[in-house]
Amino acid sequence: MSPQVLIDGLIAGATIGLGAIGLTLTYSILRFANFTHGDFLAWGAYLTLTVSGFLGGLLAGLGIGEPIGPFSFGWGLPLSLLAGAGLTIVLTLILDKILFGQLRRRGADTIIIVMASFGASMALRSVLEFIYTANPQYLTRELQIAQPVGFGMRATPDQLLTIAVTALLVLALHLVVTRSSTGRSMRAVSENPSLAGVYGIDVQRVIRVTWVIGAGLACVAGVMSGLLVQIRPYMGFDLLLPLFAAAILGGVGSIPGALLGGLIIGLAEAFTVQIVGAEWRAGVAFVVLVLVLIIRPTGLFGRTV
Amino acid sequence: MEYLAYGAFFLTLAMTYSIICLGLNVQWGQTGLFNVGVAAFVGIGAYTSVLLTTPETADRVGGFDLPIAVGWIGAALMSGLISFFVGALTIRMRSDYLAITTFGIAIALQLCFQNLEPLTGGVFGVGFIPRAFSGIQDDALLFNYANLGLATLLVVAIYVVLEHLARSPWGRVLRAVREDETAAQSLGKNPTSLRLQAFVLGGAIMGLAGAVQAHFIGFVAPANYLPMMTFQVWAMLIVGGSGNNKGAIFGAVLVWAIWALSGSLISELFPPDQQARAASLQIVIIGVMLCLILLWRPQGVLPERQSISKHLGQRNET
Amino acid sequence: MTALAVKGFQAGYDPDLPIVKGVSFAVKKGEAVTVLGPNGAGKSTLIKAIAGQVACLGGQVTLGGDDITGVPSYALAKRGLGFVPQTENIFAQLTIRENLQIASELVEKRRRAGQIDKMFDMFPDLKLRPNDLAGTLSGGQRQMLAAARALLTDPPVLMLDEPSAGLSPKLVGQVFETLARVHAAGVTLILVEQNVRAALGLASRALVLVDGELAHDGPTDALQDSTTLGRLFLGNRTREVAR
Ligand SMILES: Nc1ncnc2c1ncn2[C@@H]1O[C@H](COP(=O)(O)OP(=O)(O)OP(=O)(O)O)[C@@H](O)[C@H]1O
Ligand SMILES: [Mg+2]
Repeated sequence: MSPQVLIDGLIAGATIGLGAIGLTLTYSILRFANFTHGDFLAWGAYLTLTVSGFLGGLLAGLGIGEPIGPFSFGWGLPLSLLAGAGLTIVLTLILDKILFGQLRRRGADTIIIVMASFGASMALRSVLEFIYTANPQYLTRELQIAQPVGFGMRATPDQLLTIAVTALLVLALHLVVTRSSTGRSMRAVSENPSLAGVYGIDVQRVIRVTWVIGAGLACVAGVMSGLLVQIRPYMGFDLLLPLFAAAILGGVGSIPGALLGGLIIGLAEAFTVQIVGAEWRAGVAFVVLVLVLIIRPTGLFGRTV
Repeated sequence: MEYLAYGAFFLTLAMTYSIICLGLNVQWGQTGLFNVGVAAFVGIGAYTSVLLTTPETADRVGGFDLPIAVGWIGAALMSGLISFFVGALTIRMRSDYLAITTFGIAIALQLCFQNLEPLTGGVFGVGFIPRAFSGIQDDALLFNYANLGLATLLVVAIYVVLEHLARSPWGRVLRAVREDETAAQSLGKNPTSLRLQAFVLGGAIMGLAGAVQAHFIGFVAPANYLPMMTFQVWAMLIVGGSGNNKGAIFGAVLVWAIWALSGSLISELFPPDQQARAASLQIVIIGVMLCLILLWRPQGVLPERQSISKHLGQRNET
Repeated sequence: MTALAVKGFQAGYDPDLPIVKGVSFAVKKGEAVTVLGPNGAGKSTLIKAIAGQVACLGGQVTLGGDDITGVPSYALAKRGLGFVPQTENIFAQLTIRENLQIASELVEKRRRAGQIDKMFDMFPDLKLRPNDLAGTLSGGQRQMLAAARALLTDPPVLMLDEPSAGLSPKLVGQVFETLARVHAAGVTLILVEQNVRAALGLASRALVLVDGELAHDGPTDALQDSTTLGRLFLGNRTREVAR
């Protein structure tokens, strides 16, 4: 087995980890397993793709459409990503306003909200398929050559960039949650929303902040996956089980846990592809999930189930 | 003439969906368990029965050539067994862990259907499954009516049994557990084991439905058991009325009709090269319908009689 | 001047089943009022509903003359209505300091650090290990943290739900000493208590709630002899007299 497995696993795991962080935050603060989260990744990727379609011509006209340094994309992509993330955030806030927020206000049971998210996820995914068709799309047409990075491993500049971006985002978010007053409020709401109100915390605001963070990270993860693989309407659905498994493995509510969970799932998938065969890749997350539920249902850094 | 045959064909499929829906109603309506892997439990039943009843084939393991009835029983047992494992693992945890785990098992079993080729025939599945009334297969109308009669008989039988169960002490305690776990516990009832029993019963019924469906349409393939099916069945139950067995049957027929009609509408309206794309609109319609019902009429068209389930109704925000 | 008043107030967890069934009273500025009543009478429900934690099903609440019916609890905290719930009244998974820091965000930025220090001085126990999780505190210390968190914002009106529950007699003495000082500083107090003797010592007026309705509203002197109280608690029903 070649050491390449390690780097392949890390790269896939970074995407899963970023997605799982958003999922674990909404899970611990809004208190429901959100089945639409995978589709936020897909929507983020498609929205970014659409913006970059408009922007590409514009930037090429300005003469700055060329790829940046060693990467496969020009300035259009980072700019489109910002816009795409903004649009994904708007999408989640609208969804919360017309669906999840309504159900919360009526005091609906958690499981009803989970079911609504399941229905919404099917609808969101199918809307993508209707607009963009089921054919895969690409954020860049440039081909990249993998460079040696030591220990017999190779990676493309794009792949290394995704790892670096993930590390930076997770570090920044970890600092926000542990040090800032917003982070403190988020932890308080996740422990006891009604007591948070007594303490003077505006719970609805904290919920909006959570959607903003979750949707923003989902968009970045979707674009990373789109950059390294491809964009399809079902990409979010295919990532959903790995996201859940990573969030539960890391311990619901734990940001470092979600990242670590994502990396472990990414590595396990890469090893499975090498040892058992690529056709079983999608089953890895399920095996991990079952093992966690049997051995340690609270996850690595979790508090309670 | 053709319409009559099609009508019978349509209704027979609707009846098989009604059976799935009745199974789901035991899990959700009576017990409050959210199963996101319905398609997998239906599929495992279908494949089990196929394995038991098809004649021996060279390139496949199994093919025991047993009677169809044995296949049906085997299907129910196998689905019940898988339900038992999933339930035993997650039922004592918070409610959405069951949802996530059943979602996972649907994906895992879908992979097995696709990849365990010697057992399942891979992505192409298995065809030429023995059918009930194969002696009259040449007369399409008669054949379809016979099948419809059989499926309807099954629905009625399961309905009667489930209604009886719901009125039995077991059913009453089950609802008590659903409404107020602590109170039921203080009466000395073990909620976990009761829920598990309901989950297994529901799973077994879904497996049976899968077998009935497979023997009716004559082939199984992984593509028959996509999450789409889970989603349709949920829409059926929620629209019809969770907790109400009549609602489950009514919802199955209604949503299946909406599905079939919107499908033919799409094939009328869109050019052939756009039809795959337009078919996704069908899913959007059902998804939006599901959400709207959850928002505005969570009890469905035919609400549960005894009491509106607390898990569907309104509580106050704390 | 009225600090807080409720009129025809109804509240409960199920819209069809009010627990508090039409209660009216007014509390004057600087007054200390105690709410007494048998277990399950709806005392906690009453003050949770005033604090915006339980749905109001009818009637009206005013704070300093403003209608606050249906205002969410965080906005009430901002308006100076302090509330200490009966149970789960601190964030166990946050540190002691973080608990106070969250509360301190209701006061102006430059006063925050000072107010936290003031609370540490008032409750020296909390100062011992400020960076430990609040969940590691003992029962008595938790009540202190809960009180400190509420007092930190200098609320003009403070409602407490059984602050002495589960405390040793010595700690009960301490809690009530603190409350007496707070009251002397001009804070309006509304105090739900099972410890009738201590409550009557502090409050000048008592409301007795029986089965969701106000059975008595008057000065505490009249209640000092236990037979009156027993009669009130029992209402028309046969029920064990509260301690
Ligand atoms: N979260 C809740 N949901 C539904 N009913 C509740 C809830 N909390 C309390 N109740 C009910 O409301 C009624 C009044 O309870 P409440 O806690 O207000 O009484 P209390 O006077 O504070 O009693 P205690 O002296 O024991 O604290 C009780 O019948 C109780 O069962
Ligand atoms: Mg109380």
